[in-house]
Amino acid sequence: MQSLVYILPEIFLFIVATVLLVTGLFLKNIKFINLLAIFSLLVTVILILNQPFQSAFLNSFVVDEFSLVLKVMILIGSIASLIMFVSSKDDLNINIYEFPILIIFSTIGMMVMVSANDLLAMFIGLELQSLSLYVLAALNRNSLLSSEAGIKYFILGALSSGLLLFGISYIYGFSGNTNFNLIAVNINPESLGLIIGIVFVLAGLAFKVSAVPFHMWTPDVYQGAPTPITGFFALAPKIAAMGLLVRFLFNSFGEIYIDWQQIIFFISIASMMLAAFAAIAQTNLKRLMAYSSIGHIGYALIGVACFTDEGLRSLLIYLMIYLIMNIAVFAFLLSLKRNDGYFESISDLSGMHKNHPLRTMLIALIMFSLAGIPPLAGFFGKFYIFIAAIESEMLFLAIIGVIASVISAFYYLRIVKIMYFDEPKEEFDGSSIKSLNLLYYPSSILIIIFFIYPSPVINISEYAIQSII
Amino acid sequence: MSEIPILSILIFIPVVGIFFMLLIRNNDDQSSQNLKHTALWITFLNFIISLSLLFSFDLNNPDFQFVEKYAWIESGISYHLGIDGVSILFVILTTMLVPICILASYESIKFSVKEYLISFLALETFMIGVFCSLDLVLFYLFFEGGLIPMFLIIGIWGGERRVYSTFKFFLYTLAGSVFMLLAIIYIFISTGTTDVEKLLVYNFTTNEQLILWIAFFTSFMVKIPMWPFHTWLPDAHVEAPTAGSVILAGVLLKMAGYGFIRFSIGFFPDASEFFAPFIFSLSVIAIIVTSLIALVQEDMKKLIAYSSVAHMGFVTLGIFTFTVQGIEGGIIQMISHGIVSAALFLCVGVVYDRLHTREIARYGGLVSKMPFYSFSFMIFILASLGLPGTSGFVGEFLVLLSIFTVNTYFAIFATTGVVLAATYSLWLYRRIIFGALIKDDLSEMFDLTRREIIIFVPLIILTIFIGLYPKPIINIIEPSTEKIVNQIKMKLD
Repeated sequence: MQSLVYILPEIFLFIVATVLLVTGLFLKNIKFINLLAIFSLLVTVILILNQPFQSAFLNSFVVDEFSLVLKVMILIGSIASLIMFVSSKDDLNINIYEFPILIIFSTIGMMVMVSANDLLAMFIGLELQSLSLYVLAALNRNSLLSSEAGIKYFILGALSSGLLLFGISYIYGFSGNTNFNLIAVNINPESLGLIIGIVFVLAGLAFKVSAVPFHMWTPDVYQGAPTPITGFFALAPKIAAMGLLVRFLFNSFGEIYIDWQQIIFFISIASMMLAAFAAIAQTNLKRLMAYSSIGHIGYALIGVACFTDEGLRSLLIYLMIYLIMNIAVFAFLLSLKRNDGYFESISDLSGMHKNHPLRTMLIALIMFSLAGIPPLAGFFGKFYIFIAAIESEMLFLAIIGVIASVISAFYYLRIVKIMYFDEPKEEFDGSSIKSLNLLYYPSSILIIIFFIYPSPVINISEYAIQSII
Repeated sequence: MSEIPILSILIFIPVVGIFFMLLIRNNDDQSSQNLKHTALWITFLNFIISLSLLFSFDLNNPDFQFVEKYAWIESGISYHLGIDGVSILFVILTTMLVPICILASYESIKFSVKEYLISFLALETFMIGVFCSLDLVLFYLFFEGGLIPMFLIIGIWGGERRVYSTFKFFLYTLAGSVFMLLAIIYIFISTGTTDVEKLLVYNFTTNEQLILWIAFFTSFMVKIPMWPFHTWLPDAHVEAPTAGSVILAGVLLKMAGYGFIRFSIGFFPDASEFFAPFIFSLSVIAIIVTSLIALVQEDMKKLIAYSSVAHMGFVTLGIFTFTVQGIEGGIIQMISHGIVSAALFLCVGVVYDRLHTREIARYGGLVSKMPFYSFSFMIFILASLGLPGTSGFVGEFLVLLSIFTVNTYFAIFATTGVVLAATYSLWLYRRIIFGALIKDDLSEMFDLTRREIIIFVPLIILTIFIGLYPKPIINIIEPSTEKIVNQIKMKLD
């Protein structure tokens, strides 16, 4: 019974989701349901902040500093995508009250993921999250692209879950435990079966964070899914899967880090380089952002590959900055609206600084930040990642990282070029984006002024990692 | 010294200006005029404040003055500002050139005035920051941050091939600098600090020095620029608006020269000594090759851009002699080039505004229509080729003097550069100013307006003043330069 108290936030959210599901049948006011969902997510944040640090269910579910910080980040991402939803649901033809409820379910899954300290808890969280995401991707029933995205994501996701489960069975078979800490105690470094298990589990997790070579679904799903959902894909699940990856590798296989380090090493390099080159050829903004997120995950994985305090700290700093930047970008994408139609092609941005000077200036700065140009926040993310890489003597990763960042600067600059240097097209709507401004302005201002006072982000990261190492 | 954080004030006044300008919302002619006035006054105020530095600057103190230090990112990386004799003149050069640039853009910038001025003010913040920062991370922040406004200035208000040029400029410089970032991080990890003052007395092992030196060098080499990585500069200059070229030649190139003095030879004396012949060779090649290239240019701006590369060759020659004269010569050459090349680009801008072409062949015989213009242009051309009595002479002379004491061969080759400079400069002048005024469209040309005279007069006065009486300048530079040279000697022994 005691254990139930430790999962209070999850239980609370589950009750809320169930109640909303029933209310939604009778109450046709989607906006109200959405507001309730946002409110309950905020309440969850408060619950999480006041939770005691404990482990529950025979140590298979832990509440610690690390899970606290990641959960708050996930909730911020979920809230942001709910705000995006409310501002665009009518125009995007996704007037479906299940949206906030599915988001909540998937959020619960992610919260379980970052707290999971057991292979089974991990799998349950992952599946709850994924199943909600499959439905979300296909939410726009009338759109062929959206249905295609949903099916594609589902089939590939099911395959990756299969791989993951297969890996889990190996790990259980060769260590005799499912609990991360017990696996660490009973580990046999010589065991080949264990390594095979790790490889399969990593493949499954790489799919979830969309790291190369398991990234194929990302561009199609990003492009096909309605934009608020794409935003959600880019924000919360990446963070949750990253947290899970860290806990899985650090808690149970810290002793044989040499074996998995090279895998992370490879997928990190592959993600950075492939994303940098593939993004150059994109014409659709959402596809471009898909490759951009693949690249960013590549950088974040450097932090994992280091297997040091410094690396973990830089990973968290990077994820926080990544979250803020992506909120700004997707809020911006949703404001590209003209006569109730949305624009996703890069060429539609052409010359928009003439009609929307302030908005364009901010998004240009966001692009520079994504490219990692100082003094914007994106630079500091990379800066800490490189500190970690050089400190653990992975100079090669750092060099590949800077080269990839120069190449990827090209495609971010191309967006700035199109917005500023090309001939203007028609004006975009200025109205109906009031709620988006709520996301757009604070997040872009945070990115710009980050350099003045970066310590909060650094302190939070340091706070979070103390429970892992 | 005074408790007022004067350097921070200098750095952040333009930022405050940006906020003011964001408040001006309208888009008509009247408000764009207001915007220009606001920007001009803000930058002029900044110039006046920077002059106060000169008065309270202690000439006998070779150390950093006006120091400010606050905790910033974490222990070891702090917000640390300060200037010494090496950097003070660059700060003043920057604050002087920015109002001139804004004044020069009064007529030529026709659209998106607000963004243009905001870019310029942001650029000023970054440029002053580069010369004031005494922390490597802070330095890198300002050094790279300047790319953003410059990218926009060339890309939005530039000429026909502006997109190509601005991408080339941005990616070249970024690719060069990222290795410096890795080097800075390495320094931070191995010494635990990025504080310049502490690092200046830190001894790196020789192997470390060699690698770190190369990393810093790639960044500065692209930025200054040295042959063979100079090709972005002519493109950027040609396509940039007049004021953009002025600031590019006047200040941005100097950041790299300053970096060489402060970091490359300050932190890594062994490596610098080891690579000095390499630098000399590149510099001499740059001086001769780019001078020859300048001879055949059809475009005025391109010619001046190539001459900039040659002049920067003298700077690097001087710096890597590790003598007081050489470094002083390099600094004076940079200051002088900052004034003279800026003025030359302004001269090009004057005729470009009237005829909208930079092709040399389209001009000829301007002297009969534009006597004042011809006079100012002459002063700057003569200063550019290093005629005694102008600022160009002092720097070049000191550099050649120092290089003769180090290596005669390099000195002889470098001296031929002076002759070549005279050739292309005077020939340019002859083709534009002298001859008969036979081309039809030139009959409409009119002489300098009052605004243009206001721009040119201070530059002419400075050029001649430094040329005739360089003592005050040398007095400012000397103590700090001596300190740098002594430190290098001490470390080398």
